[in-house]
Amino acid sequence: MENPYLPYPVRIESVVTETEDRNLKTFKLVFLNPEDEARFNYNPGQFAELSVAGLGEIPIGIASSPTEKGFLKFTVNKVGKVSSHLHNMCAGEIMGVRGPMGNWYPWELLEGKNVVIIGGGFAFTTLRSSIVYMLDPANRPRFGDISVVYGARSPGLLLYKDELAAWERRDDIQMHITVDGTDDPAWKYNIGFVPTVTKQKAPSSENAYAIICGPPIMIKFTLPVLTELGFPTDRIISSLEMRMKCGIGICGRCNIGTEYVCKDGPVFSLQKLAQLPNEY
Amino acid sequence: MSEIFVDKDGLKKSIERLMEHCRVVGPVFRGQYHEFAQLKEVGELDLTYRNTRLSPKDLFHPHSDRMFTYTLAKDDPEAGILKEAPQDYSPRVVLGIRPCDARAFQLDDTNFVTEEFKDPWWVKRRESTTLVGLACNEPCGTCFCTTVGTGPFDEAGLDVLLVDVGDGYMARPVTEKGHRLLAEAGLTSPAPAEVKKKAEDLQKSAEQGMGKLFSVDAIAGQNSLELFNASFWDEVQFACINCGTCTFLCPTCWCFDIQDEVCGDKGDRLRLWDSCMFPLFTHHGSGHNPRSQKLQRVRQRFMHKLKYYQDKYHQGVACVGCGRCVQHCPVNIDIRQVAQLMSASCIC
Repeated sequence: MENPYLPYPVRIESVVTETEDRNLKTFKLVFLNPEDEARFNYNPGQFAELSVAGLGEIPIGIASSPTEKGFLKFTVNKVGKVSSHLHNMCAGEIMGVRGPMGNWYPWELLEGKNVVIIGGGFAFTTLRSSIVYMLDPANRPRFGDISVVYGARSPGLLLYKDELAAWERRDDIQMHITVDGTDDPAWKYNIGFVPTVTKQKAPSSENAYAIICGPPIMIKFTLPVLTELGFPTDRIISSLEMRMKCGIGICGRCNIGTEYVCKDGPVFSLQKLAQLPNEY
Repeated sequence: MSEIFVDKDGLKKSIERLMEHCRVVGPVFRGQYHEFAQLKEVGELDLTYRNTRLSPKDLFHPHSDRMFTYTLAKDDPEAGILKEAPQDYSPRVVLGIRPCDARAFQLDDTNFVTEEFKDPWWVKRRESTTLVGLACNEPCGTCFCTTVGTGPFDEAGLDVLLVDVGDGYMARPVTEKGHRLLAEAGLTSPAPAEVKKKAEDLQKSAEQGMGKLFSVDAIAGQNSLELFNASFWDEVQFACINCGTCTFLCPTCWCFDIQDEVCGDKGDRLRLWDSCMFPLFTHHGSGHNPRSQKLQRVRQRFMHKLKYYQDKYHQGVACVGCGRCVQHCPVNIDIRQVAQLMSASCIC
């Protein structure tokens, strides 16, 4: 019998420090067994449990895209026991990955639609996966206009800076990068909070879906802007976080009402969330 | 259905016969209470017990269970790679379990065995076990199994039902597994008509005394958000000290934690019972906690058992009315009263 609690062994291929506060590092992982990689079929929006023997497991969104073959990427914020240990691990070391887990952004519904992506802080990992996925030459024709509002407190806290710059130069994706503030004279993008910048850029809601991930305060102030722009609640999609252990809907801790965030989520429409208790 | 009769000495002999080739577990008196334990000799088995203090969930979902083992030795090429820990899945008979507790395992099956994921430890232990129940001729004052869709003679979760008819037992095989077990145990004498009549009378008198204390369907019919926001939670939670006794004793509280434990360069990944009564249960790494308040945790326990489980799986509540939480709550919180509040048509 297949054991859904058993992690696939992986080797850390590289570790990249993403932010100037050194709190976020991206781990590129390679499966030790090719058959495990073949079984790890995922969609942008899903997550996995990263396992470190002796420490435990943490649920982390998958930052790589299924169109990128041969590795998985996870960007990990240093907050607890496992993530702090992980931050001190180096290329070549062995760890584990269990997944993929949860549902994903509704790619079937997004087909033929304009997609507005709004992200804040380090909640840009599965959004990176989504952008890379949609920009893949095989997938790009399946979607309409793609616009992105992505903000961080300062330029040094933005994730994936090289990729952001590369996307800025493309004509098939509209980038609106912003920071809360900066004294860097070379900063050539926006300054302002994500809700304000969203309002200024006013992405059209016509034939469009919005995917929004970020700190609760950002989401709280961006939702009224999206409503004003005409996005109905079933076209605003978000992804939630919860303390998790099993990741497969069995251990019982991550529920919001009837829904287990690990299995029935982490992706919910605003319409669905409105039907659930406000306990997340 | 072919009921068997066996006198009390005959049952002992049959159990001894079973003990020769499989593990036999039953209620034994240890310390101050009865508990389910593997029998070393048949004399330990006490079928005059009322119920065990702890639910028998430990038989399928141990309080602490070793999932995986690993080495951390730097020079070992397998370092950091988890391996399944060996477990005993040899055939096992659980004797004298109460119908409510056996029914609880079926409710738990819904959680541990889903279309997408099967919990391997749960499944293998369930498969290797035959459940022989003991009907409750005299339910306790705190029992309310008939209210929540089971009963003192309910066979639903059992392979065999035993009824104590005074000078012996009537054994009724319920499943194929149960038929095989009775044959293996050498139990073949058909129960005479007066034994069957006695068992029927016992069932009637046991069920009659219990009544219906609240309506499970009425709770199903309530609006979930209105129940969640009801004002009565403030009163319900007032006395709770978040000790977790209720979840520890409950046969349908399956929540668990996963932890790593290391000694030298050998390590285990364990799973351990956990409880929604504890703030750490939902505490994020960031410090945020969606159920940081006692009220939220108390509400979660009752809403999960009586509302969310019903709404999610449409097969009744996640409670079998064993009454353990009612008996042992140190501040006398009574799930029957909470259920009455939840089922009342006016939530005010």
